[in-house]
Amino acid sequence: MACVLETPLRMSVLSEVTASSRHYVDRLFDPDPQKVLQGVIDMKNAVIGNNKQKANLIVLGAVPRLLYLLQQETSSTELRTECAVVLGSLAMGTENNVKSLLDCHIIPALLQGLLSPELKFIEACLRCLRTIFTSPVTPEELLYTDATVIPHLMALLSRSRYTQEYICQIFSHCCKLRHWHSCGFKSSPQPLLCANGPDHQTILFNHGAVQNIAHLLSSTSYKVRMQALKCFSVLAFENPQVSMTLVNVLVDGELLPQIFVKMLQRDKPIEMQLTSAKCLTYMCRAGAIQTDDNCIVLKTLPSLVRMCSKERLLEERVEGAETLAYLIETDVELQRIASITDHLIAMLSDYFKYPSSVSAITDIKRLDHDLKHAHELRQAAFKLYASLGANDEDIRKKIIETENMMDRIVNGLSESSIKVRLSAVRCLHSLSRSVQQLRTSFQDHAVWKPLMKVLQNAPDEVLVVASSTLCNLLLEFSPSKEPILESGAIELLCSLTQSENLALRVNGIWALMTLCILANIADGTTAKELIMTNDDILQKIKYYMSHSNAKLQLAAMFCISNLIWNEEEGSQERQDKLRDIGIVDILHKLSQSSDPNLCDKAKTALQQYLA
Amino acid sequence: MSGQQQQQQQLPLTAAPQASGIAAPAASAGPAPAPAAALLLHPPPPPPPATAAPPPPPPPPAAGPLPVLGLPAGSSAPAAFPHGDPALNEQEKELKRRLKRLYPAVDEQETPLPRSWSPKDKFSYIGLSQNNLRVHYKGHGKTPKDAASVRATHPIPAACGIYYFEVKIVSKGRDGYMGIGLSAQGVNMNRLPGWDKHSYGYHGDDGHSFCSSGTGQPYGPTFTTGDVIGCCVNLINNTCFYTKNGHSLGIAFTDLPPNLYPTVGLQTPGEVVDANFGQHPFVFDIEDYMREWRTKIQAQIDRFPIGDREGEWQTMIQKMVSSYLVHHGYCATAEAFARSTDQTVLEELASIKNRQRIQKLVLAGRMGEAIETTQQLYPSLLERNPNLLFALKVRQFIEMVNGTDSEVRCLGGHSPKSQDSYPVSPRSFSSPSMSPNHGMNIHSLAVSKGSSTHFSGFENSCSNGVISNKAYQSYCHIKHQSTNLNVPELNNINVSRSQQVNSYTSDVDMETDHYSNGVAETSSNGFLNEVDSSQLRRQLCGGSQAAIERMIHFGRELQAMSEQLRRECGKNTTNKKMLKDAFSLLAYSDPWSSPVGNQLDPIQREPVCSVLNSAILETHNLPKQPPLALAMGQASQCLGLMARSGIGSCAFATVEDYLH
Repeated sequence: MACVLETPLRMSVLSEVTASSRHYVDRLFDPDPQKVLQGVIDMKNAVIGNNKQKANLIVLGAVPRLLYLLQQETSSTELRTECAVVLGSLAMGTENNVKSLLDCHIIPALLQGLLSPELKFIEACLRCLRTIFTSPVTPEELLYTDATVIPHLMALLSRSRYTQEYICQIFSHCCKLRHWHSCGFKSSPQPLLCANGPDHQTILFNHGAVQNIAHLLSSTSYKVRMQALKCFSVLAFENPQVSMTLVNVLVDGELLPQIFVKMLQRDKPIEMQLTSAKCLTYMCRAGAIQTDDNCIVLKTLPSLVRMCSKERLLEERVEGAETLAYLIETDVELQRIASITDHLIAMLSDYFKYPSSVSAITDIKRLDHDLKHAHELRQAAFKLYASLGANDEDIRKKIIETENMMDRIVNGLSESSIKVRLSAVRCLHSLSRSVQQLRTSFQDHAVWKPLMKVLQNAPDEVLVVASSTLCNLLLEFSPSKEPILESGAIELLCSLTQSENLALRVNGIWALMTLCILANIADGTTAKELIMTNDDILQKIKYYMSHSNAKLQLAAMFCISNLIWNEEEGSQERQDKLRDIGIVDILHKLSQSSDPNLCDKAKTALQQYLA
Repeated sequence: MSGQQQQQQQLPLTAAPQASGIAAPAASAGPAPAPAAALLLHPPPPPPPATAAPPPPPPPPAAGPLPVLGLPAGSSAPAAFPHGDPALNEQEKELKRRLKRLYPAVDEQETPLPRSWSPKDKFSYIGLSQNNLRVHYKGHGKTPKDAASVRATHPIPAACGIYYFEVKIVSKGRDGYMGIGLSAQGVNMNRLPGWDKHSYGYHGDDGHSFCSSGTGQPYGPTFTTGDVIGCCVNLINNTCFYTKNGHSLGIAFTDLPPNLYPTVGLQTPGEVVDANFGQHPFVFDIEDYMREWRTKIQAQIDRFPIGDREGEWQTMIQKMVSSYLVHHGYCATAEAFARSTDQTVLEELASIKNRQRIQKLVLAGRMGEAIETTQQLYPSLLERNPNLLFALKVRQFIEMVNGTDSEVRCLGGHSPKSQDSYPVSPRSFSSPSMSPNHGMNIHSLAVSKGSSTHFSGFENSCSNGVISNKAYQSYCHIKHQSTNLNVPELNNINVSRSQQVNSYTSDVDMETDHYSNGVAETSSNGFLNEVDSSQLRRQLCGGSQAAIERMIHFGRELQAMSEQLRRECGKNTTNKKMLKDAFSLLAYSDPWSSPVGNQLDPIQREPVCSVLNSAILETHNLPKQPPLALAMGQASQCLGLMARSGIGSCAFATVEDYLH
């Protein structure tokens, strides 16, 4: 009964417990097994679709008793099965219900049940496990604590269409990357870190998930096909090993990519089209399918663009845009094709129109639905714009010419949702690669203001992109640089150079380096003074010159070059000071570097000293 | 110019010669009828006697655009153009296969599909080559006044549902001022598509779309040499989108008018484009797009609101099923069904049984008894329907020849079989197989289908799918029947019947193939024993001299009756022909394998049986056709009407889809 006391429902519900609920629980304790069975069946019928009744029964301690009956060897299979069904029904209720069940250690009990020879009972246990594992409150790790569970689940895959459906569903919900972004969008290029042994994908892969699940794609049951497909999308994400295996798997004489393409057909359910497009996208990004393969260019990409259309549900449009953004992120040809397909850029501007004025007036339910998805839609659109404009100047121009585009970005930068803020910054960053735009739209809309705001107290994830954008804004030809400097950019950049995050440090140095040039044009020697008078920064620069990361070395090198440049005012003093802290010695070392870039730069810098 | 166009539009004859012209210019030079007739006979049958040469059917289209209709893709179609470049023939075949697959609902007799550019419907600065698929500019190209366009040979039929063609830019010429799109009949050809009313175009130089206006709207990317531009017309929502190198560019036009022609326009020297109307695989996956719309339309049908009152729909369906069962005399089933669905059967059980009795007699070939029984049970029925009585008697005459009618059986020493001994009762074969065919226009199909047994036996090629149009088929049948009386015997009944089964099994495009299969198979099974035994005799009237005399006597009575009918009711060509055909049986030593022998086929009893059944039901104030068959016929008609009225969704709904 311990778990009952822990349930958060206790106080609120206890008072409302009805006599009838108590009666259901009492019957579970009847000495006659037949009456117990009838009691469980009646309970099952009483709780279906009745959240209040479910809460009542949990409070009254039905769960431990049901679990006891389920685990008793002496219980009949029928009784054990009915117990699992009732528990599954309870799990279908609120998240608190699931928490209560977890507190009663339902998972080990159900996993134990899977060892039974009775298929009906196994199916009931799996169904209940499925419901529990698909709840957001259940830690996926619970599936992996006992090493024998996964192989046993793999073996159960052959038992029936129900075991297939439930097990695939469990797998696809319990296979998380360490750096999982629910949207499937790679927001930062960081390597996968595996702190505690192999990740879930690898565990499932090593236990033969691909072979065991592949043939389920040709199952006659739509649900099985769908869950198997979802499994593959989760397994392939960011995983070259799985992806390379998948391209060569044959099912009924057909290669898996061909099967996925068939599932993309336009008469298939949207859910199936979207999920198979994800599979192909992930396999492509993991390097298993070429970006110029017809199945990507003529099938996956157009299908994802269609998912962005107004005809689709809001959730589908979000997933479609995010997946497409991920697919085209690094390939300019795909970006170009996407940009002309079905007026995608114009289509995306519709993502900013929720909740619409119509939804507010006509239908509260609709308004609620729209509000819930509005943030998701905006961040997805920003991401896709960012990918579209990543490389091609013409596309950037087209994006910026979209109605109210700059205003939307500016608004996005100050939204409360961090997801929206981050993707707005990413979008801005992508567009800031355009010299033309830096001089015009960016200037007109004073985008630097909200950007500077974003940079204050933002999480690293945002900072990385925001500071990169700032770097672009600080470029020589950008008219924004003056106001940016005035608003305290230098202090901010200095603090970045002290960050533990490598990418942030690079950005900080790069920005400061650019500033050194800018400063002369802008207000003389302010920036240089600032750097030279800050020993902390100087030490950092010196440290980075000998850092193992060549990029960081180069950035620091640039900064030094600017500071010691001869023709500029005060260069002699700066040269001296830098010599004093040992920069020249490092320059000599670097002039022997194997990196030709660094070597050149160091030699040039040394010449400044000689001149 | 417009006058000329008008003329072209109105003459149905132009379709075939033009189409032939594409693939076999040599053939098109000669008069259309001769090759058409020759083609009908391909592969060559035994040379028909000169007197029996079938007159060329007035609309020759069967030879031109349609040869593969009625054949599943991939099966060997009779070569439409036996002479000429084999590669070209191959291309022509591929085109036909693809068009058939893409636009199965289009009846090319009524609305031919565009297959090439029209040499008659173009501006003089346009040159055509490569079977009128390649377009090049041959004007000065100095100003927009030098623009020139060409339209395809035919407008896009609404029954396509979704229509698509592609144009490859072979060369962008000097400036690449090329427009690809659609225009209505009569729109000025000295212009690029899109500039005028009822004209729509996407232009390569600026990527703009022109919607009946001289100024374009930003639409898509520019296009140039090497690009493949596709144009898709959605005739369901009347929109159009373009594709570039297989990528959809999004909706360009909405609210399109009907009957638009594929059109291209060029404006500067050196511009050359090639059209693909289905000659080659398309770069864009148009079939995938069509799948989406098929699913949409079918979902729309599935979700069609069916009455708001609870149970009303179900009751109506049950009534339809019940009336169908009653109509065809499924007494026990009808009773059981009515009981379990709480319905009342409109007709008394005894009456159903009476009808069933008569039907059994007719279907067993015992016409004399059938007529007698009808007169007993429904005394005034035949008096009031002299034409029906005449038809029954003609059938009786035929059954006498066959040796199956009771009157001659008696004389031939064969005692009439008892009813129970008939191999198949009407329940088991007549109703499900034949009755749906008798809904509205389909009725005639059942007749012509039966007739084609004879036809295919004789022609040896009819069943190969050369002819798919029902009207045409019956037309041919009539023609041949009336002119081929002297043709030597070619096949026996067995052969022709089995051919029929085969031909309809493979004939996926026959509107009612589902049923024709049923008819052919069940009835041939059902009557196998009887026919076999009659073939063993294979003697006129069962071989009895008395029977022959009785038959001759009966024939004279029939002749007299015919004359009397004509005096009383005026000329009746149907009756006249019916009698003539029946009497023709006597002209052959073996009537069963004669060109008119198919009249002896037991299948021919079914239409007679159905007409009699309907007449009886009418006297009871019951519908002469079951509402279920009517509804089906109406649905089929409705689809045809939709096609003619420009409602494209008819492309993705066929009655067969809903009959399982």
